Amino acid sequence: MTAQEIFDVLKAKFGDALPEEKLSAAGGSAAAGFSLQVWITIAPGRTKEICSFLRDDSEMQFDTLSCLSGVDYNNGTFGVVYHLSSMVQKHKIVLKAFCTKEHPHIQSVSSVWGTANWHEREVFDLFGVIIDEHPDLRRILLPDDWEGNPLRKDYKVQEFYHGMKVPY
Amino acid sequence: MEFIQTLLANQLVVSILLSALPLVFIILMVLVVLYTEMKVAAHIQDRVAYMRTGWHGVLQPIADMLKLLQKEDIIPTKADKLLFRAAPFIAFTGTYVAYAVLPFSSIYIGSNINLGAFFLVAAGSLVVIGILMAGWASNNKWSLFGGVRSAAQMISYEIPTALAVIIAVMITGSLNLQEVTKFQDGGIGNWLVFGGPLPWMQKLMLMPFTVITFFILFVASIAEVNRTPFDLPEAESELVQGFNTEYSGMRFAMFYLSEYANLFTVSAVVVSLFLGGWSSPFGAFMSGPVWGVFWFTSKAFLFILIQIWIRWTLPRLRVDQLMYVSWKVLTPWLFVCIFAVGLILVI
Amino acid sequence: MIQPPTLPTNYTVKPGQIKTSTGKTIRTEEMIINMGPQHPSTHGVLRLEIVVDGEIIVDCIPHIGYLHRCFEKHCEQMTNYQQVIPYADRMDYCSAMTNEWAFALAAERLLKIEVPERVEYIRVIMAELQRIASHLIAVGTYGIDSGAFTPFLYTFIDREKILDLFEMTCGARLLYNYIWIGGLSHDLPPKFIEQTKEFVAYFRPRVKMLNDLLSYNEIFVKRTANVGVLPREVAINYAVSGPQLRGSGVNWDLRRDDPFVIDHKLDWQPQVGKGEVGTVGDCWDRHIVRMREMEQSLNMIEQALAGLPEGNVKAAIPKRIRPEKDAEIYVRTEASRGELGYYIISDGTASPFRVKARGPAFVNLSVLPEIVRGGLIADLVLTAGSIDIVLGEVDR
Repeated sequence: MTAQEIFDVLKAKFGDALPEEKLSAAGGSAAAGFSLQVWITIAPGRTKEICSFLRDDSEMQFDTLSCLSGVDYNNGTFGVVYHLSSMVQKHKIVLKAFCTKEHPHIQSVSSVWGTANWHEREVFDLFGVIIDEHPDLRRILLPDDWEGNPLRKDYKVQEFYHGMKVPY
Repeated sequence: MEFIQTLLANQLVVSILLSALPLVFIILMVLVVLYTEMKVAAHIQDRVAYMRTGWHGVLQPIADMLKLLQKEDIIPTKADKLLFRAAPFIAFTGTYVAYAVLPFSSIYIGSNINLGAFFLVAAGSLVVIGILMAGWASNNKWSLFGGVRSAAQMISYEIPTALAVIIAVMITGSLNLQEVTKFQDGGIGNWLVFGGPLPWMQKLMLMPFTVITFFILFVASIAEVNRTPFDLPEAESELVQGFNTEYSGMRFAMFYLSEYANLFTVSAVVVSLFLGGWSSPFGAFMSGPVWGVFWFTSKAFLFILIQIWIRWTLPRLRVDQLMYVSWKVLTPWLFVCIFAVGLILVI
Repeated sequence: MIQPPTLPTNYTVKPGQIKTSTGKTIRTEEMIINMGPQHPSTHGVLRLEIVVDGEIIVDCIPHIGYLHRCFEKHCEQMTNYQQVIPYADRMDYCSAMTNEWAFALAAERLLKIEVPERVEYIRVIMAELQRIASHLIAVGTYGIDSGAFTPFLYTFIDREKILDLFEMTCGARLLYNYIWIGGLSHDLPPKFIEQTKEFVAYFRPRVKMLNDLLSYNEIFVKRTANVGVLPREVAINYAVSGPQLRGSGVNWDLRRDDPFVIDHKLDWQPQVGKGEVGTVGDCWDRHIVRMREMEQSLNMIEQALAGLPEGNVKAAIPKRIRPEKDAEIYVRTEASRGELGYYIISDGTASPFRVKARGPAFVNLSVLPEIVRGGLIADLVLTAGSIDIVLGEVDR
């Protein structure tokens, strides 16, 4: 299935869970067919529902979550980007969920794909985006008592960590 | 001169001297085995090992030993100090005591007691206590695992060892190791592994069972000294050296010494029970008390070589597989052998 | 062949459950042990917190991050895309060539540039050589995990020969900085092709020897068969990739299924675990998939060498790389350990706005707790070894 078809199916089924009216694209227009990447924007509170559908529907069968990345867009918005692919149908799609810096909450999809567990912990660790309904939301790469979320664009490194000077 | 003569006449001094003899032997033997092990391992693995200390690195084991002795003796703060200190010595004592009954030659045996074979099996178990103590006293969970594994393993493999010894004793009719060896004297055909010096009919019937017993005793002896494929107590990749993780310096050297001395002991047991001990394979040719020492040690060294070869070739077994081998393979086969050997001897 | 005794799965003992013959209950307790960060068989600074009952593992919690070097943050601070390549090398230091290739590919797609065909062929040759080198480490250290020390040294002898080839190509033996955005740093040296052919001829019998020494060793088979079984569904759900996924019986290889290079023009087939000695997806399957992939890579190298076209090794790219504003791309490649993906967002400047590295080892490791429960500590060592993690990539 093409991205447009997937978008149409999702729009018909979930409607208001897809804030954007059409497929979004980077590096060119989606319709012209030479864009680098197209994506579907989904509501941050309904990711689990939509992802479950994408995984289980017989036409979609997105059995693999290739990659889950957090992004700080440096305009008060955080995003979580889901790169899905299907081994059976051999198609791919990109989903994005956005949240604001003031209310950084996104629903977890780790019950849909096991691999999301560690990726979401990483997003929580490096961006401070709180993943709701996550079974084990702890820092993963940094120490538990580290201050701040390093991949935020406004991150300032802490002065001391356990008496050790941090900035060099 | 007179003083020395009176000294040598003193029974106590003589026995002290005689009992110190194995200690000298152990230290020399360990140096040789260390060197052999490193060189054999290296050549198996396509490298050359030590080449710089002396000719082809022959002095390296001595350097290693000296280095180990100079190291600081570290005792963990929360360790059980007394047990921690005592463990290496108990382990070494267990090994050393066994040397008392090894018949090195027709005229030299530390203590020619009538229960020699029994004593060997018993003394071997003493090492377990040392290792278990070391594992427990270190106050380290990995060490504890090593100690517990070691105890389980040694107790399990005592049984095949003891049963195999029983078979040798059944055929020779004596627990005295010197007697057992004398029984096999007179050439390669008289060795117990080939059925002993019995009438040919009986010998032929015994042979399959003695060969099996010999093989089982050999496998069990590798397990007794915790070497690959049975090196679970110190499994480097699992338990980080197991029971001797926390040991350093002199105390670690004691464990090391005890391990290698034990290697010789178990090989010596196999040799004196099944391969004619000090007796020459060519009957009267090249036999005598001095040749006896030569034959005894070289046969034992052959087994050490095989153990080294196995160590650097095979992977390690798992705990349950180890127990499986002992209880479900070796022990039942030995019962079969005991039954068959008894039947043949009665006939 | 005798089957190893089956261990109880989902084995748990609660305190006070064991009863003696006299009817008394004994207080038992599970023990928590730290395996790592300094442990010989965690392949780096991985820390596993394991809850054991005796030697049986009740639970296993991996703690990572001891080698976190802020790769992604570093990328954002670079003044040039090209500067990221040496950092990408250091992610999976056992397989640096495939890492830099993945990043270069992502940047090329972002810039929408095509590289000359000769570059593609050379990249395939390098990546497959790197794959062999990386699998050799995996197989050798797996031997050590199982208690056999000798295969490790044999594999390192062979790996040295590959590193010699790399050294004559780009001067470095571990971290190459050879594959650049838009091409290669320079062309192959004169004797490279014949020496690679010599290596291929030399290495074929060595694979067989390693198989005889380790893979089909009776003890090794007993240790690894039916251990750490990763079922197909779990593997896919956890997005496990590379030899670990194929070991679970999934016929999926990005070189064929999501072609990013000329690999699909060559004649080869992904190697899949079939459960020959145990269950599909056990440790032995993962091991044997690696062994067979090495042979497969030899075939691919031979074909690529035969078809190597003449030409330039650098595409015409601007000196200062500035992708379009708000362009973004996710490119996934089949690295030695599995799917290595880079997600790059550009903001129109010369430095990337966001780089996310999706390392295969990170994802493959996350499935570990699922498959070790109920096994022994010795099984955990072998299972963790068969995943073949490189902590540089797990922690980035």
